[in-house]
Amino acid sequence: MNFLSPDFSPAYSEIFILLMVCLVMLVDLAAGEKRRYITYGLTQATLIGCAFLTFATFSEETTLTFSGMFVDDAMADILKLMVFATVSAVLIYSHTYVRDRGILTGEFFCLILFATLGMMVMISASHFLTLYIGLELLSLSLYALVALRRDSLMATEAAMKFFVLGALASGFLLYGMSMVYGATGSLHIQKIAEVIAGGVNNHEVLVVGLVFIVAGIAFKLSAAPFHMWAPDVYQGAPTAITLFIGSAPKLAAFAFVMRLLIDGLGNLVADWQGMLVILAVLSLAVGNIAAIAQTNIKRMLAYSTISHMGFVILGFISADWNGYSSALFYVITYVLMTLGIFALIMILCRNGFEAEEINDFKGLSKRNAWYAFMTMILMFSLAGIPPMVGFYAKLAVLQAVVNAGFVWIAVAAVIFSLIGAFYYLRIVKLMYFDAPETDELITVKSDVKLLISVNGLAVLLLGIFPQSLMGLSLYAIQNSM
Amino acid sequence: MLFGIPLLSLVIWLPILFGLVVFATGGDRNAQLARWIALAGSTLGFLVAIPLYTGFDPSTSAMQFVEEHAWFERFNVDYHLGVDGISMPLILLNCFITPLVVIAGWQVIQERVSQYMGAFMMMSGIVNGVFAALDAVLFYVFWEASLIPMFLIIGIWGGPNRVYAAIKFFLYTLMGSLLMLIAFIYLYQLSGGSFSIADYHQLPIPLDAQILIFIAFLLAFAVKVPMWPVHTWLPDAHVEAPTGGSVVLAAIMLKLGGYGFLRFSLPITPDASHYLAEMMIVLSLIAVVYIGLIALMQADMKKLIAYSSVAHMGFVTLGFFLFNAYGIEGAMVQMISHGFISGAMFLCVGVLYDRLHSRQIADYGGVVNKMPVFAAFFMLFAMANAGLPGTSGFVGEFMVIMGAVKINFWYAFLAATTLIFGAAYTLWMYKRVIFGAIASPAVEELQDISRREFMILAILALAVLWLGVYPFPLTEVMHATVDNLLEHVGNSKL
Repeated sequence: MNFLSPDFSPAYSEIFILLMVCLVMLVDLAAGEKRRYITYGLTQATLIGCAFLTFATFSEETTLTFSGMFVDDAMADILKLMVFATVSAVLIYSHTYVRDRGILTGEFFCLILFATLGMMVMISASHFLTLYIGLELLSLSLYALVALRRDSLMATEAAMKFFVLGALASGFLLYGMSMVYGATGSLHIQKIAEVIAGGVNNHEVLVVGLVFIVAGIAFKLSAAPFHMWAPDVYQGAPTAITLFIGSAPKLAAFAFVMRLLIDGLGNLVADWQGMLVILAVLSLAVGNIAAIAQTNIKRMLAYSTISHMGFVILGFISADWNGYSSALFYVITYVLMTLGIFALIMILCRNGFEAEEINDFKGLSKRNAWYAFMTMILMFSLAGIPPMVGFYAKLAVLQAVVNAGFVWIAVAAVIFSLIGAFYYLRIVKLMYFDAPETDELITVKSDVKLLISVNGLAVLLLGIFPQSLMGLSLYAIQNSM
Repeated sequence: MLFGIPLLSLVIWLPILFGLVVFATGGDRNAQLARWIALAGSTLGFLVAIPLYTGFDPSTSAMQFVEEHAWFERFNVDYHLGVDGISMPLILLNCFITPLVVIAGWQVIQERVSQYMGAFMMMSGIVNGVFAALDAVLFYVFWEASLIPMFLIIGIWGGPNRVYAAIKFFLYTLMGSLLMLIAFIYLYQLSGGSFSIADYHQLPIPLDAQILIFIAFLLAFAVKVPMWPVHTWLPDAHVEAPTGGSVVLAAIMLKLGGYGFLRFSLPITPDASHYLAEMMIVLSLIAVVYIGLIALMQADMKKLIAYSSVAHMGFVTLGFFLFNAYGIEGAMVQMISHGFISGAMFLCVGVLYDRLHSRQIADYGGVVNKMPVFAAFFMLFAMANAGLPGTSGFVGEFMVIMGAVKINFWYAFLAATTLIFGAAYTLWMYKRVIFGAIASPAVEELQDISRREFMILAILALAVLWLGVYPFPLTEVMHATVDNLLEHVGNSKL
């Protein structure tokens, strides 16, 4: 290992994005308010460039670099490509919304790119420090993004809550990591795994550390009982930012769990399995039951996220490649659905009007049959009704859960998703069975129109041909374990 | 496969394709076009289903017209289709009913016509998929997908309480199916990674697991049939649904549950089926007797027919759990015949409702004076519903009662009370609606049925009479399959 000249090639896309953020910042200063489309274009170009670099340097082999602190494997590349696509879609969807609310500033783009870099670092981390740096870079960017609309009381309050609770979670995580470090004497994820496999004397210290780590993970995943921040932040943040928080970071969070819990502490499966079961079942219960009572669509979707994260966690409890690939498949489909649904909420927003209440969906099928159809597909998919892709995600996870011998947990999961089906159906009911309260035309830019159609149809078509995405998830997991 | 044409795929995807075309006609300006495309599609759907009957080999119990392609390898799921003597008649029934439903909604539906017609076309294809699927996941996908169009049909075009009914319908049936999904996944595990239904038929399963699987299946199928005590969604859904929706619900959707028992519960968990047979028989008899009494008290015509459906479907489940050829074949005949009769009954009520916009029996009276042709048709279907010999309603009930006598006299006795209750509630309703003095000025102004309505009712009347007088073509195709099923159920799988 030569410290003086580490192998930079696995991190080309990270280095590229970092340089580009600086460039975007400078260019934005020069371009100014009137020519902000240059900043926008440059940001999209950055993401495309990153995707190209990641794609070009793709290899099935696992490479470690920077003294083993940074890893590049199939899962990392695939997740990063997904992140780029998601962030790019977020930018397209949110452009009009953000512009109308006067927060389409240079900072908006920079923060989004910094958050993306944070996610990339999280995905590729193989060392507790790298993992933590990536996480903080992501989190701090997100706090700032939520607070971007600083004249809005709601947004500021949400940012404050997000920040305080997020910092608490980070503290938990660091404390847990330090315990693990104390027990194993290393921060390298692989070395930790080796030490634990060889047997450690102070198992108790390790388990206490594990508890804090799992709590930290639960915070970041917004799993119950550490979910309190999610509804407030989802509701308070501008919808475009909620879309961002709800989508791409979930992909990074998946990698986070994989690196920390599976790669690092995989041998403690007997200890964390029970914790995850509790988190998963509680999330399913809290998410699905609390969502019924919501009248604010963003708050409802926050609870829906909590329940979906319960399903993702269920994928991990089987502790084998089958379960992990199911969880990955679930996360990807979840991100696809979240993108679509928040985009539709923004489509319903107009200048000076926020579509916040579920009643804003009333009579949508009469106002615009196509968007109503898209929303219906997404709602049925979130509820897990075939032939939408959401069903296959649930099928994959339930199959892994039953395979691991937790038949009763699978039964509990489907009963909670039955309860959950109600509030998704309620949206369909509002759109199709009720009369519209306004007949104002819905005007949408053509790029958004195209993307939302692709997004909605993908949910349907991936349901009819699920093999490609399932195969990809399986490939990603099997080539990085 | 006949001449290399994948018939079953055609039967499934043709209506769905036509449904998409109908959707694409857009708003109500093109309503007439949507109607004609739907009629063409559904008629074509029926025509392509006919070779399933003519090309069917009744001497074997094996699956016919089989198609098998890998669908997604990750879970070893195949696009696997095939029919036997149980599923083929049900597919034909479905393809037969769809054009009638399209015609029945021709004038009544004036709002969002393309969506209405498209939903029914979709529904038809999806239901064919349920009957033809030989892979558990494929089956489940079609099974659940069928909820979506029905949910929209009830919710958009239904009566005043439609939202409640639609959501109740959806959640009730979803509850049952989700547990079935867990059962499938468990079987997938047990069989070492197969979702093939045929593999499940051969799979040995310990009794306690069989009982749990049976109960999971039972919840799914009992809700659909529906059996007492999970029948309460049916009257709500039926009453609120538009006429076409009620027809499809009664004639087709209920059969999904009955089919499920024959394809899944009995062959996959035969020991549990025997073990729990008495419970099933008791539940069925409660449906027959108790629901029959409830039907007697209804003031709403649609509700009355809905309850009578529950009672008639009680015969179906009773027949299944007698474990003899009379019982199962009788139940099958009863399913097909109930498809015709209940469909016809709902259409008759629809005819009245379209004119008077009331389903209350009390609002009618003396209709025969104004609508003699209609009264004659209604009479025939009412008699068939009561199980009059010579109509299809009699054949199935008689066979099931015969089967029950062989097991236990009292089962047969209680089942036979339906001939009294059925006659009582149907004919009493008939009398109050059709005979007597003209009840109101509105009745005074009734017009007799149009040519379109005459055609639909005449076709159904022919079917009911033909099946009542000469059921052989139907029983012939199912003999081999039923015998094989009985033999299979007779062998323990422990």
